[in-house]
Amino acid sequence: MNLRKYLVLAGVSVFAPLGDSFLAYGMKQVGNISLRNIPDLLLAIANPWVGIGIIFLLGFFASYMTALSWADLTYVLPASSLGYVLLALIARFALHEQISLTRWFGIALVSTGVGFVTSGPELTGRPPQHLANDGTVATEHS
Amino acid sequence: MIRHAISNLNGWLAILAIVLSSSAGDVLLSRGMKQIGDLGELRRRRSVTFVVLRILRNRYFLLGVACMAVSFYSLLFGLSWNEVSLIGPAAASLTFVANAFAAKMFLHEHVGRRRWAAALFVAAGVVLMAL
Repeated sequence: MNLRKYLVLAGVSVFAPLGDSFLAYGMKQVGNISLRNIPDLLLAIANPWVGIGIIFLLGFFASYMTALSWADLTYVLPASSLGYVLLALIARFALHEQISLTRWFGIALVSTGVGFVTSGPELTGRPPQHLANDGTVATEHS
Repeated sequence: MIRHAISNLNGWLAILAIVLSSSAGDVLLSRGMKQIGDLGELRRRRSVTFVVLRILRNRYFLLGVACMAVSFYSLLFGLSWNEVSLIGPAAASLTFVANAFAAKMFLHEHVGRRRWAAALFVAAGVVLMAL
Protein backbone atom coordinates (compact mmCIF):
# COMPACT_ATOMS: atom_id res chain seq x y z
CA MET A 1 0.00 0.00 0.00
CA ASN A 2 1.27 3.46 -0.88
CA LEU A 3 -0.05 7.03 -0.46
CA ARG A 4 -1.91 6.95 -3.80
CA LYS A 5 -3.82 3.85 -2.75
CA TYR A 6 -4.70 5.31 0.65
CA LEU A 7 -5.99 8.46 -1.11
CA VAL A 8 -8.16 6.32 -3.39
CA LEU A 9 -9.65 4.55 -0.35
CA ALA A 10 -10.21 7.96 1.29
CA GLY A 11 -12.09 9.06 -1.86
CA VAL A 12 -14.35 6.00 -1.62
CA SER A 13 -14.93 6.74 2.10
CA VAL A 14 -15.77 10.44 1.72
CA PHE A 15 -17.75 10.60 -1.54
CA ALA A 16 -20.24 7.80 -0.72
CA PRO A 17 -21.74 9.18 2.53
CA LEU A 18 -21.79 12.74 1.13
CA GLY A 19 -23.60 11.52 -2.00
CA ASP A 20 -26.11 9.51 0.06
CA SER A 21 -26.81 12.52 2.30
CA PHE A 22 -27.53 14.84 -0.65
CA LEU A 23 -29.72 12.16 -2.26
CA ALA A 24 -31.70 11.73 0.96
CA TYR A 25 -32.22 15.49 1.26
CA GLY A 26 -33.36 15.71 -2.36
CA MET A 27 -35.71 12.73 -2.14
CA LYS A 28 -37.42 14.27 0.88
CA GLN A 29 -38.26 17.24 -1.39
CA VAL A 30 -39.43 14.96 -4.22
CA GLY A 31 -41.81 13.06 -1.90
CA ASN A 32 -43.20 9.52 -1.93
CA ILE A 33 -43.14 7.58 -5.20
CA SER A 34 -45.58 4.65 -5.40
CA LEU A 35 -44.92 1.37 -7.21
CA ARG A 36 -47.51 2.45 -9.83
CA ASN A 37 -45.50 5.58 -10.64
CA ILE A 38 -42.03 4.04 -10.90
CA PRO A 39 -41.14 6.17 -14.01
CA ASP A 40 -41.30 9.20 -11.68
CA LEU A 41 -37.97 7.97 -10.26
CA LEU A 42 -36.34 9.00 -13.56
CA LEU A 43 -37.63 12.54 -13.08
CA ALA A 44 -36.26 12.67 -9.52
CA ILE A 45 -32.76 13.36 -10.89
CA ALA A 46 -34.04 16.80 -12.00
CA ASN A 47 -33.97 17.86 -8.33
CA PRO A 48 -30.72 19.86 -7.77
CA TRP A 49 -29.89 18.10 -4.47
CA VAL A 50 -30.34 14.71 -6.13
CA GLY A 51 -28.11 16.05 -8.96
CA ILE A 52 -25.35 17.07 -6.50
CA GLY A 53 -25.70 13.68 -4.80
CA ILE A 54 -25.21 11.97 -8.16
CA ILE A 55 -22.03 14.02 -8.84
CA PHE A 56 -20.56 12.88 -5.49
CA LEU A 57 -21.60 9.31 -6.24
CA LEU A 58 -19.79 9.52 -9.61
CA GLY A 59 -16.66 10.55 -7.66
CA PHE A 60 -17.24 7.57 -5.38
CA PHE A 61 -17.67 5.27 -8.39
CA ALA A 62 -14.39 6.38 -10.01
CA SER A 63 -12.47 5.87 -6.72
CA TYR A 64 -14.22 2.56 -6.11
CA MET A 65 -13.35 1.21 -9.58
CA THR A 66 -9.73 2.24 -9.11
CA ALA A 67 -9.57 0.52 -5.71
CA LEU A 68 -11.14 -2.67 -7.08
CA SER A 69 -8.49 -2.78 -9.82
CA TRP A 70 -5.78 -3.55 -7.22
CA ALA A 71 -7.57 -4.84 -4.12
CA ASP A 72 -10.08 -7.52 -3.12
CA LEU A 73 -13.75 -6.66 -2.76
CA THR A 74 -13.66 -7.94 0.84
CA TYR A 75 -10.80 -5.49 1.51
CA VAL A 76 -12.19 -2.40 -0.22
CA LEU A 77 -15.69 -2.50 1.30
CA PRO A 78 -14.77 -2.62 5.03
CA ALA A 79 -11.70 -0.37 4.53
CA SER A 80 -13.82 2.32 2.91
CA SER A 81 -16.53 2.23 5.60
CA LEU A 82 -14.53 4.78 7.59
CA GLY A 83 -16.75 7.34 5.85
CA TYR A 84 -19.56 6.55 8.32
CA VAL A 85 -17.22 7.39 11.19
CA LEU A 86 -16.13 10.56 9.40
CA LEU A 87 -19.74 11.72 9.02
CA ALA A 88 -20.44 11.12 12.72
CA LEU A 89 -17.30 13.02 13.75
CA ILE A 90 -18.25 15.95 11.48
CA ALA A 91 -21.73 15.93 13.05
CA ARG A 92 -20.21 16.00 16.54
CA PHE A 93 -17.36 18.48 16.21
CA ALA A 94 -18.39 20.71 13.26
CA LEU A 95 -22.17 20.70 13.61
CA HIS A 96 -22.09 20.26 17.44
CA GLU A 97 -24.70 17.49 17.36
CA GLN A 98 -25.04 15.18 20.35
CA ILE A 99 -23.84 11.61 19.71
CA SER A 100 -25.32 8.90 21.92
CA LEU A 101 -23.27 6.23 23.69
CA THR A 102 -24.73 3.60 21.31
CA ARG A 103 -23.50 5.58 18.31
CA TRP A 104 -19.99 5.94 19.84
CA PHE A 105 -20.00 2.16 20.32
CA GLY A 106 -20.99 1.78 16.64
CA ILE A 107 -18.10 4.05 15.65
CA ALA A 108 -15.73 1.91 17.72
CA LEU A 109 -17.00 -1.28 16.04
CA VAL A 110 -16.61 0.15 12.51
CA SER A 111 -13.11 1.43 13.33
CA THR A 112 -12.13 -1.98 14.74
CA GLY A 113 -13.45 -3.68 11.59
CA VAL A 114 -11.45 -1.29 9.40
CA GLY A 115 -8.37 -1.96 11.54
CA PHE A 116 -8.80 -5.74 11.13
CA VAL A 117 -9.00 -5.65 7.35
CA THR A 118 -6.39 -2.97 6.64
CA SER A 119 -3.76 -4.77 8.72
CA GLY A 120 -3.94 -7.70 6.26
CA PRO A 121 -3.02 -7.98 2.57
CA GLU A 122 -5.18 -6.06 0.08
CA LEU A 123 -5.13 -8.82 -2.53
CA THR A 124 -5.62 -12.58 -2.13
CA GLY A 125 -6.44 -15.35 -4.60
CA ARG A 126 -5.52 -14.92 -8.23
CA PRO A 127 -2.95 -12.23 -9.10
CA PRO A 128 -4.04 -9.23 -11.16
CA GLN A 129 -3.70 -9.17 -14.92
CA HIS A 130 -1.41 -6.71 -16.64
CA LEU A 131 -1.14 -5.36 -20.12
CA ALA A 132 1.51 -6.98 -22.22
CA ASN A 133 3.67 -4.74 -24.41
CA ASP A 134 1.43 -5.38 -27.42
CA GLY A 135 -1.66 -4.18 -25.51
CA THR A 136 -3.15 -7.63 -24.94
CA VAL A 137 -3.94 -8.91 -21.47
CA ALA A 138 -1.35 -11.14 -19.89
CA THR A 139 -2.06 -13.03 -16.67
CA GLU A 140 0.71 -13.62 -14.16
CA HIS A 141 0.81 -17.21 -12.99
CA SER A 142 2.58 -18.11 -9.81
CA MET B 1 -51.71 2.69 10.27
CA ILE B 2 -52.15 0.99 6.85
CA ARG B 3 -50.02 3.71 5.32
CA HIS B 4 -47.32 3.04 7.93
CA ALA B 5 -47.40 -0.71 7.12
CA ILE B 6 -47.15 -0.01 3.36
CA SER B 7 -44.28 2.39 4.03
CA ASN B 8 -42.44 -0.30 6.05
CA LEU B 9 -43.13 -3.02 3.47
CA ASN B 10 -41.90 -0.84 0.60
CA GLY B 11 -38.87 0.15 2.68
CA TRP B 12 -37.85 -3.48 3.31
CA LEU B 13 -38.59 -4.48 -0.31
CA ALA B 14 -36.23 -1.68 -1.35
CA ILE B 15 -33.58 -2.91 1.13
CA LEU B 16 -33.83 -6.46 -0.30
CA ALA B 17 -33.52 -5.13 -3.86
CA ILE B 18 -30.54 -2.93 -2.88
CA VAL B 19 -28.69 -5.79 -1.15
CA LEU B 20 -29.19 -8.27 -4.04
CA SER B 21 -28.44 -5.87 -6.89
CA SER B 22 -25.59 -4.15 -5.07
CA SER B 23 -23.85 -7.45 -4.17
CA ALA B 24 -24.22 -8.73 -7.75
CA GLY B 25 -22.91 -5.40 -9.04
CA ASP B 26 -19.93 -5.38 -6.65
CA VAL B 27 -18.91 -8.91 -7.62
CA LEU B 28 -19.22 -8.17 -11.36
CA LEU B 29 -17.33 -4.86 -11.09
CA SER B 30 -14.58 -6.44 -8.99
CA ARG B 31 -14.18 -9.24 -11.54
CA GLY B 32 -14.12 -6.76 -14.41
CA MET B 33 -11.57 -4.45 -12.78
CA LYS B 34 -9.27 -7.39 -11.94
CA GLN B 35 -9.37 -8.37 -15.63
CA ILE B 36 -8.52 -4.81 -16.66
CA GLY B 37 -5.64 -4.53 -14.16
CA ASP B 38 -4.27 -1.84 -11.82
CA LEU B 39 -5.54 1.48 -13.23
CA GLY B 40 -2.55 3.38 -11.82
CA GLU B 41 -0.11 1.07 -13.62
CA LEU B 42 -2.16 1.22 -16.83
CA ARG B 43 -2.24 5.03 -16.79
CA ARG B 44 1.56 5.18 -16.57
CA ARG B 45 1.86 3.13 -19.78
CA ARG B 46 -1.22 4.11 -21.78
CA SER B 47 -3.41 7.14 -22.58
CA VAL B 48 -6.59 7.99 -20.65
CA THR B 49 -8.69 7.22 -23.75
CA PHE B 50 -7.15 3.76 -24.01
CA VAL B 51 -7.88 3.03 -20.33
CA VAL B 52 -11.47 4.36 -20.53
CA LEU B 53 -12.19 2.34 -23.69
CA ARG B 54 -10.68 -0.73 -22.10
CA ILE B 55 -13.04 -0.34 -19.11
CA LEU B 56 -16.11 0.38 -21.26
CA ARG B 57 -15.47 -2.72 -23.39
CA ASN B 58 -15.39 -5.06 -20.42
CA ARG B 59 -18.67 -6.98 -20.22
CA TYR B 60 -18.40 -7.65 -16.47
CA PHE B 61 -18.04 -3.91 -15.92
CA LEU B 62 -21.12 -3.15 -18.06
CA LEU B 63 -23.20 -5.82 -16.28
CA GLY B 64 -21.97 -4.50 -12.93
CA VAL B 65 -23.00 -0.95 -13.83
CA ALA B 66 -26.46 -2.22 -14.85
CA CYS B 67 -26.82 -3.91 -11.43
CA MET B 68 -25.62 -0.72 -9.70
CA ALA B 69 -28.26 1.27 -11.62
CA VAL B 70 -30.95 -1.10 -10.29
CA SER B 71 -29.47 -0.67 -6.80
CA PHE B 72 -29.46 3.14 -7.17
CA TYR B 73 -33.11 3.32 -8.22
CA SER B 74 -34.06 0.87 -5.45
CA LEU B 75 -32.33 3.26 -3.03
CA LEU B 76 -34.29 6.23 -4.42
CA PHE B 77 -37.52 4.21 -4.15
CA GLY B 78 -36.68 3.23 -0.56
CA LEU B 79 -35.75 6.80 0.41
CA SER B 80 -39.08 8.06 -0.93
CA TRP B 81 -40.88 5.74 1.53
CA ASN B 82 -38.70 5.50 4.58
CA GLU B 83 -36.03 7.30 6.62
CA VAL B 84 -32.44 7.34 5.39
CA SER B 85 -31.49 6.25 8.93
CA LEU B 86 -33.22 2.91 8.28
CA ILE B 87 -32.59 2.35 4.55
CA GLY B 88 -28.92 3.40 4.52
CA PRO B 89 -27.53 1.38 7.45
CA ALA B 90 -29.77 -1.68 6.93
CA ALA B 91 -28.85 -1.95 3.25
CA ALA B 92 -25.16 -1.19 3.90
CA SER B 93 -24.73 -3.66 6.76
CA LEU B 94 -26.54 -6.51 4.97
CA THR B 95 -24.53 -5.77 1.81
CA PHE B 96 -21.25 -6.14 3.76
CA VAL B 97 -22.18 -9.65 4.85
CA ALA B 98 -23.72 -10.65 1.48
CA ASN B 99 -20.57 -9.42 -0.29
CA ALA B 100 -18.29 -11.50 1.93
CA PHE B 101 -20.25 -14.64 0.93
CA ALA B 102 -20.40 -13.60 -2.75
CA ALA B 103 -16.67 -12.72 -2.92
CA LYS B 104 -15.75 -16.12 -1.47
CA MET B 105 -18.11 -18.04 -3.78
CA PHE B 106 -17.75 -16.18 -7.07
CA LEU B 107 -14.40 -14.35 -6.87
CA HIS B 108 -12.57 -17.07 -4.88
CA GLU B 109 -11.15 -14.44 -2.52
CA HIS B 110 -9.53 -15.77 0.61
CA VAL B 111 -12.03 -14.61 3.23
CA GLY B 112 -10.25 -15.64 6.41
CA ARG B 113 -11.21 -14.95 10.03
CA ARG B 114 -9.78 -11.43 9.85
CA ARG B 115 -12.04 -10.45 6.93
CA TRP B 116 -15.14 -12.16 8.35
CA ALA B 117 -14.54 -10.30 11.60
CA ALA B 118 -14.11 -7.03 9.69
CA ALA B 119 -17.35 -7.54 7.72
CA LEU B 120 -19.35 -8.43 10.86
CA PHE B 121 -17.84 -5.63 13.00
CA VAL B 122 -18.51 -3.02 10.32
CA ALA B 123 -22.06 -4.35 9.68
CA ALA B 124 -22.88 -4.27 13.41
CA GLY B 125 -21.22 -0.86 13.83
CA VAL B 126 -23.24 0.64 10.97
CA VAL B 127 -26.49 -0.59 12.56
CA LEU B 128 -25.54 0.83 15.99
CA MET B 129 -24.60 4.18 14.48
CA ALA B 130 -28.10 4.46 13.03
CA LEU B 131 -29.90 3.82 16.34
